[in-house]
Amino acid sequence: MAEPLIPRPDGPAESADHPEPAATAPVLEISGLDVRYGQSHVLQGVDLIVNRRPLSLIGRNGMGKSTLCNAITGLVPAFGGSVKLHGHELVGLKPHEIARSGIGYVPQGRRVFASLSVEEHLRMVARRGGGGWTIKKIYELFPSLQARRRNGGTQLSGGEQQMLAIARALLLNPRLLIMDEPSEGLAPIVVEHMIGTLHNLAREGVALLLVEQNLGVATSVSERIAIMVTGTIALETTSAELASDEATQRRYLGVSTHIERIDTPAAPAPST
Amino acid sequence: MPKALVDLLTVVLNGVTLAALYFVVASGFTLIFGLMRTTNMAHGSLYMLGAYVGVSAYDATGNWLAALVIGFAALAVVGGAIHLGLLSRMAGQDLRQALVTIGLSIIIGDLLLAKYGGLTYQIAPPAFAAGSVAIPFVVNGTYSAYRLFMIGAAVAVYGSLWLVLNRTRIGWYIRAGIDDRDMLSALGVNVSRVFLFVFALGAGLAGLSGVIGATALSISPSEDGRYLLSSLVVVIVGGMGSLEGAVIGALIIGLSEQIGLFYAPTYSIFITFVIMAAVLAIRPQGLLGRPA
Repeated sequence: MAEPLIPRPDGPAESADHPEPAATAPVLEISGLDVRYGQSHVLQGVDLIVNRRPLSLIGRNGMGKSTLCNAITGLVPAFGGSVKLHGHELVGLKPHEIARSGIGYVPQGRRVFASLSVEEHLRMVARRGGGGWTIKKIYELFPSLQARRRNGGTQLSGGEQQMLAIARALLLNPRLLIMDEPSEGLAPIVVEHMIGTLHNLAREGVALLLVEQNLGVATSVSERIAIMVTGTIALETTSAELASDEATQRRYLGVSTHIERIDTPAAPAPST
Repeated sequence: MPKALVDLLTVVLNGVTLAALYFVVASGFTLIFGLMRTTNMAHGSLYMLGAYVGVSAYDATGNWLAALVIGFAALAVVGGAIHLGLLSRMAGQDLRQALVTIGLSIIIGDLLLAKYGGLTYQIAPPAFAAGSVAIPFVVNGTYSAYRLFMIGAAVAVYGSLWLVLNRTRIGWYIRAGIDDRDMLSALGVNVSRVFLFVFALGAGLAGLSGVIGATALSISPSEDGRYLLSSLVVVIVGGMGSLEGAVIGALIIGLSEQIGLFYAPTYSIFITFVIMAAVLAIRPQGLLGRPA
């Protein structure tokens, strides 16, 4: 695979008079973020910084990972705290304003539109004029979407739905891509392809916040790992450290977690 | 040609032209109730308000097309205000929406009664659809040009709505927003504004149909209930949110009403509702509706 999978988007964010920021400069800064549903305090003072190196957020079910995604994207209201994208406060903005400010969201379960064909999905989001991602580039990235462009959203396979969900988020030319459980329900080979795509996107300068239950996927995509427990970030670590630390895995993620790295399928799975 | 056959053909043509009117009235209801799932029990009142606005506009301008445009525009504004001021504040709450819109229809009905009184008004048809045209095989060999024109109007409304929903960005927003409102907003779309547009368009179509109906038949107080009922039946029989379903629903209701009226006048309304009950017993989601 000599050619890069991703055509370089020449978006306005990276024009000549804006030199590219360092990879470690913060893209998204979350501080003291609180979310409550009625009596329950789902997010309790979340602090997290996402830069242009991919970050994976892992944790067991019900720990608040999806709620964090929904709070960043404005789909659930924040009770307190701050979320800043390149220094601009997002808390209090409407979801469409947050999306336009540069956050692409690939939600859990894909949530493609049942009534729209693949092409309608893409044409709906694609902006006229302007640089960056175009439908043509999307079809180069995901040829199978072009082959199924007349098909309805729910006539696609799980992997194709995932491609479509990523594609429509990319057409917003996001500065940050938030993905909630993208590997869920996908065959291993499809997951592998998706991981390759995410690597390429990261190389292109798209910041990535990946929420995963599957530790293998998380460690394959990112070096940085954050672990969420009952609505707070309990630990920030690296893939290498976490992979060799079974006690931490057991403590935060439970015994049933798969820890073999996806890109090294020969590695023996640990006994559980 | 035997008289019985001429009678039948005339009755069928009456049914189809009535169906055209029912479709145009129900098209706005398909958008608001069928697609957006906003319970708008004031749809018949929007029809009636559009009809009276058309009467006044025609009095002022003497131009039928101007009355049509004014009826559409005025009701689009009224609908937008109803959506912004009332219904968008109770999204997803069917019972509240039903009560509020029933209240609204009583207010609109009384205001119109106060202004226009209990008289019956009719708008003169436009010059291009005035008088009658010769058609063989119908009673007397002539038929009202305006009633034929209504078929064209219904086709035009159907075609325009189909194009908007399937070929324009706003149409994709509408369909996507109905599938998954939150997800669409996370793609940078102001869904509240999309739904405001849909409601204004639906109310505008009610106003437009009021002008068309007040020309074909007439307008008088308490016409609102009749058109709310016909719209409900058309949308439910055809299938919620399906434009093609509304066409079929309107044809079934229009034809059964006219055929019933001619051959069994006592049972005309009864026949309409027997058909509705039968359709719902076999296909609860309506003829072309998607299962909920």
